Amino acid sequence: MNRAALAIALLLLATLPFWIGNSFYVNVATQMLIYAIFALGLNVLVGYAGLVTLGHAALFGVAAYAGATLINSGHGHIIVAIGACLATLAVAAIFAVLALRGTGLGFVMITVALGQIAWGIAYRWISLTNGDNGVSINARPAPFGLSLESAPALYWATLVVFLVAVVAMAIFVASPFGASLRGARDQPRRMTALGYNVWLIRFLAFLFSGFWSGVAGLLYLYYNQFVSPQTVALSASAEALLMVIAGGTGTLLGPIAGAILVIVMKDIASAYIERWNFVLGAIFVLIVVFMPEGLVPGVVRLCRRVIAARRPRAPMPVLGEESGE
Amino acid sequence: MTALEVRDLNKSFGGLRVTRTVNLSVAPGERRLIIGPNGAGKTTLFNLITGELRADSGSMMLFGQDLTREPARRRAHLGLARTYQIITLFPGETLLRNVTLSLLGLSRLRWNPIVRIDRQSELLTKAHAALARVGLGHLAERPVGQTSYGERRRVEIAMALAQSPRVLLLDEPFAGLSIDERRDVLTVINDIPRDVTIVMIEHDMDVALEFAERITVLHFGEVIVEGTRAEVVEHPRTKEIYLGE
Repeated sequence: MNRAALAIALLLLATLPFWIGNSFYVNVATQMLIYAIFALGLNVLVGYAGLVTLGHAALFGVAAYAGATLINSGHGHIIVAIGACLATLAVAAIFAVLALRGTGLGFVMITVALGQIAWGIAYRWISLTNGDNGVSINARPAPFGLSLESAPALYWATLVVFLVAVVAMAIFVASPFGASLRGARDQPRRMTALGYNVWLIRFLAFLFSGFWSGVAGLLYLYYNQFVSPQTVALSASAEALLMVIAGGTGTLLGPIAGAILVIVMKDIASAYIERWNFVLGAIFVLIVVFMPEGLVPGVVRLCRRVIAARRPRAPMPVLGEESGE
Repeated sequence: MTALEVRDLNKSFGGLRVTRTVNLSVAPGERRLIIGPNGAGKTTLFNLITGELRADSGSMMLFGQDLTREPARRRAHLGLARTYQIITLFPGETLLRNVTLSLLGLSRLRWNPIVRIDRQSELLTKAHAALARVGLGHLAERPVGQTSYGERRRVEIAMALAQSPRVLLLDEPFAGLSIDERRDVLTVINDIPRDVTIVMIEHDMDVALEFAERITVLHFGEVIVEGTRAEVVEHPRTKEIYLGE
């Protein structure tokens, strides 16, 4: 059943440009995949490490800025991809070293501060980032000679990266390191007594999370061909965090569902509803009230309840019947 | 050589001295009991020995190796394991996963982000064996949330034993247990081989005195009596503290 559902989902995703209609919707689907990768990366910290961050858009933006700078310097795709990922990892390492000095609210506030520093650099260090005007790239790179100029081509390239991200997350979560990370989230004191280096586990998780945020940031650059300070703003971090929380933290499908929800509201519903932000806010409130665990775990719970309610119950034994009284 | 040697250990929280020049010497294979009224500093002493708290002064040795500057996580690798007075398990996981995490703590495998944890047959065999040792082999796949308090206490001990410690610190392992559960836990503890040195904090005197070979009495962070069961029970300071004579 699960394999059949997976096969159907893969088939639908692979053939999406053929049946979805026009290139606008293909681009929307590409955005969903990009933000799903970003949310999956963020979920490593929020869901599996229990570290809520509001500075991850900075890592997303660093990859985009680094990629744009390298492309405009005339470098090829491989150098651009490696350079953007290394820049993201370097910034993620700095963020992690500073932010992991705190936990809980302290960690959140440090990530807010670091994110704001990144935003300040993007906005004010004009010689590096071109300030409020942002950085554009003239054309999308052609990795391995494959042009990404058309909407379907970029969609398929993004889909491949998305599938790699999903598989990487699934392997990571089921691994001993994934189990160690969840243990550090639930009982850090016990984990230390058991011989684990809780700080190092969290640090490596931060890098892994940052890496996928960077990958998403680079894809965003390829898609948008432009990056500006808005990309690294606090609101972008909050939006990504809401994707993860709305979809369901600590699950594989939750962040993907959250990303789809937010992009549908931003790119599709906003064409029909003027106050789409209000509607999105209302949806989040409803999720928090009725499915505090998030959309995916919440829907699973409701389905189980419905199935259990429909299942015929065994008749109650009549008192005295068994003994023949 | 002693299994555990504590020398002139001091700890204060602000102006409150909770550990006052404590000395403790536990022989290999010994069963040592630490008793004292509430607030005597027993759990604090355990926290200092395991490195969860930093001592203000003093030193600690484990089989001749200086532990004083070692971080808490390293002490587990050197052969020190503990249980907690307040049960500290991984509530969303099965009993098997709890013990597996304990085993992973001392294994390089814990850094591996690629292999599947549920396919590590050697690790799982050891985890099953540790659970069987405390009589919980049949509940391996049960989530912690669906087990009784007594079973959780035994999981705590299974996690500590899974690490094959040289010195085991048991912090009130009988606390909150029914008579039957106490008997079960005592059987588990009595079955621990002599190559494991045990230091136990306990309030239940009936059970504890049955277990102990030597007893240390702590009061206001200070060792006031130490000796065999008979010596400690007969000591006037013990009677003064416990009976107010």
